[in-house]
Amino acid sequence: MPRMTMIEAIRDAHGVKMAEDDNVVVFGEDVGYFGGVFRCTAGLQERFGKSRCFDAPINESGIVGTAIGMAAFGLRPVVEMQFADYVYPAYDQIVSEAARLRYRSAGDFTCPLVVRMPTGGGIFGGQTHSQSPEALFTHVSGLKTVVPSNPYDAKGLLIAAIEDNDPVIFLEPKRLYNGPFDGDHDKPVTPWSKHPLGEVPDGRYIVPLGKGAIRREGAALTVLAYGTMVHVAEAAAEMVGIDAEIVDLRTLMPLDLDLIEASVKKTGRCLVVHEATLTSGFGAELVAVVADACFYHLEAPIVRVAGWDTPYPHAQEWDYFPGQARIGGAMKRVMEG
Amino acid sequence: MGSGLSLHVPEPEVRPGGAPDFSGVKIARAGTVRRPPVDVDPSEIRDLAFSIIRVLNRNGEAVGEWAGTLTDEETLAGLKTMMRVRAFDRRMLMAQRQGKTSFYMQCLGEEAIACAFRKALEPGDMNFPTYRQQGLLIADDYPLVDMMCQIYSNRRDPLKGRQLPIMYSSKSHGFFSISGNLATQFVQGVGWAMASAIKGGKDIAAAWIGDGSTAESDFHAGMVFASTYKAPVVLNIVNNQWAISTFQGIAKGGSGTFAARGLGFGIPSLRVDGNDYLAVHAAAKWAVERARRNLGPTLIEWVTYRAAAHSTSDDPSAYRPKEETDAWPLGDPVKRLKNHLILRGAWSEERHVQAEAEIDAEILAAQKEAESHGTLHTGPKPSVRDMFEGVYEEMPPHLRRQRQEAGV
Repeated sequence: MPRMTMIEAIRDAHGVKMAEDDNVVVFGEDVGYFGGVFRCTAGLQERFGKSRCFDAPINESGIVGTAIGMAAFGLRPVVEMQFADYVYPAYDQIVSEAARLRYRSAGDFTCPLVVRMPTGGGIFGGQTHSQSPEALFTHVSGLKTVVPSNPYDAKGLLIAAIEDNDPVIFLEPKRLYNGPFDGDHDKPVTPWSKHPLGEVPDGRYIVPLGKGAIRREGAALTVLAYGTMVHVAEAAAEMVGIDAEIVDLRTLMPLDLDLIEASVKKTGRCLVVHEATLTSGFGAELVAVVADACFYHLEAPIVRVAGWDTPYPHAQEWDYFPGQARIGGAMKRVMEG
Repeated sequence: MGSGLSLHVPEPEVRPGGAPDFSGVKIARAGTVRRPPVDVDPSEIRDLAFSIIRVLNRNGEAVGEWAGTLTDEETLAGLKTMMRVRAFDRRMLMAQRQGKTSFYMQCLGEEAIACAFRKALEPGDMNFPTYRQQGLLIADDYPLVDMMCQIYSNRRDPLKGRQLPIMYSSKSHGFFSISGNLATQFVQGVGWAMASAIKGGKDIAAAWIGDGSTAESDFHAGMVFASTYKAPVVLNIVNNQWAISTFQGIAKGGSGTFAARGLGFGIPSLRVDGNDYLAVHAAAKWAVERARRNLGPTLIEWVTYRAAAHSTSDDPSAYRPKEETDAWPLGDPVKRLKNHLILRGAWSEERHVQAEAEIDAEILAAQKEAESHGTLHTGPKPSVRDMFEGVYEEMPPHLRRQRQEAGV
């Protein structure tokens, strides 16, 4: 089976869908001729022509706004925000338009659209290349929000997102593009070729939206995580020697409620981890969901580990990033609590 | 102190209590502006962004190179469509005042723009309208009862009670779902047109925006994308002089005209008498042909005047003289077209009065039928259970749980 990086898997998902369906078009800043600053669309213009994959003006609202019009026409646009940090000019188009088009027109118009964006930190990108804005999308009715944690899922989820008839926000943890980064920034990153989830089948397959996965089975506590934090939490569990069950949510909206409930009811303890800032982060929703569904099964208070409530710093990146030490420490607290 | 900086805040010529003054509005004589070929080099018609294309002169004659796109029969049909729009607005305004719905927006004085524009389009073309283009639907014979049911949010509302009154949607009538947010649809229209070009089809788009909303970033986004990809789209700015209480000078600044906004983008830009049904049709036809021949976008500023309040939540006497409507130098579109047809011998005062009565009866009958399906005030309304439907194609688990909790 071919081994791919997450970048190659994402590129492959585009290629599979573009070959299969003429209505799939791909555009964004530097996306066409050059193939994207992270190279996720490299080769697509050459393969499918300029009208299927092209460069866009630097105008995120225009990129998403035109994509909505294309989706209403009947195309399946897949657009790239160069960084999730740049999505805000398009926020109105996403929230007020894409998300509500089906509802407000009673199905007269729909918006099968994918907005891809690299998310998260760990690359010394400072405050404008490191943010994790997922909660700004999960809060919006009508959107689906996806965060893959490995090449296999990235391809399967992106194909599922492109085939979905509703708008999907597709957040790609950029620190995972080239390997399963576990938070240890001093050690060279393991390439995806050495990881089982770097094995990516040829052709079309999907990872269904709305379904999480258990990455590591355990009995002592449940860790709810997604994206980069899945790998950091796995490493942290090894480090502190706690039999943690790591749940990779994969899709944040709609959320795999049954999987979360089953795991927390089994372990009786829950730790929620994300890289985004703490307050009003998606972790707050997860805590509420668990408290609601599993309160009488809990043996300790639910704990959150998240980015501090500051802008993403540059020099202090590794003090900001929720690394193995903080997550491991929190695991111990949950076990003691 | 006098030598320091000071902020320039534009002001309209006159405020309530003052005498209306439109002496600053320069109006070219009807028939004097040339009609260039549709494949003209945009740089050769930059002056058209500063003039004003008019066909109907003061006497009611159709004159100049832009005249002659419609037969008398088609013109008469256009007159009746405008009368229908006006009568529809009058009844629905009254219905709102009677508490049968929450909100209404008229297009009084602007009827010619949407009504004549629609007649320049073909089936399959798509409008991305604002909230004041009800004429697009009525000119395309969209059922009045369906419009009213939407306004009443009743059980026959095609939009199932989900949208504010008048935010219609009809794909089959080339009318994109109205958002209610401003300017977002302008760039979407460009995207729709790009999609049509990507697919190599023949359908074109028309994007709409008001004078005030041209200040929004999405107007400029639309202009950039339309210009870059030469999208087959007609970009319409309806300059009705007022954005709620804000006069057009606040959005326009020192640029001269809204049409001139197109020049920096290399987009052919026309400025047209929006109260002249024949001029609207002729200019629309020109721009539509350009789009369909893959010659790219056209920007058109339709110069008109919002003769009524912004909406039922607005009282214009607080910010502009009441007499301003009558003083508006481009007149009333219905009266002007009526006079033209009478001059042509195709119409008369008597027939006009009779047509008014017939149209009123038609609107009243539609209203009765719509009200038999309920009003917002008395119901019956769309079901609460349905409130949870259609957020996604398939209802996700969390919404199913919430619907259960709501007990529906």
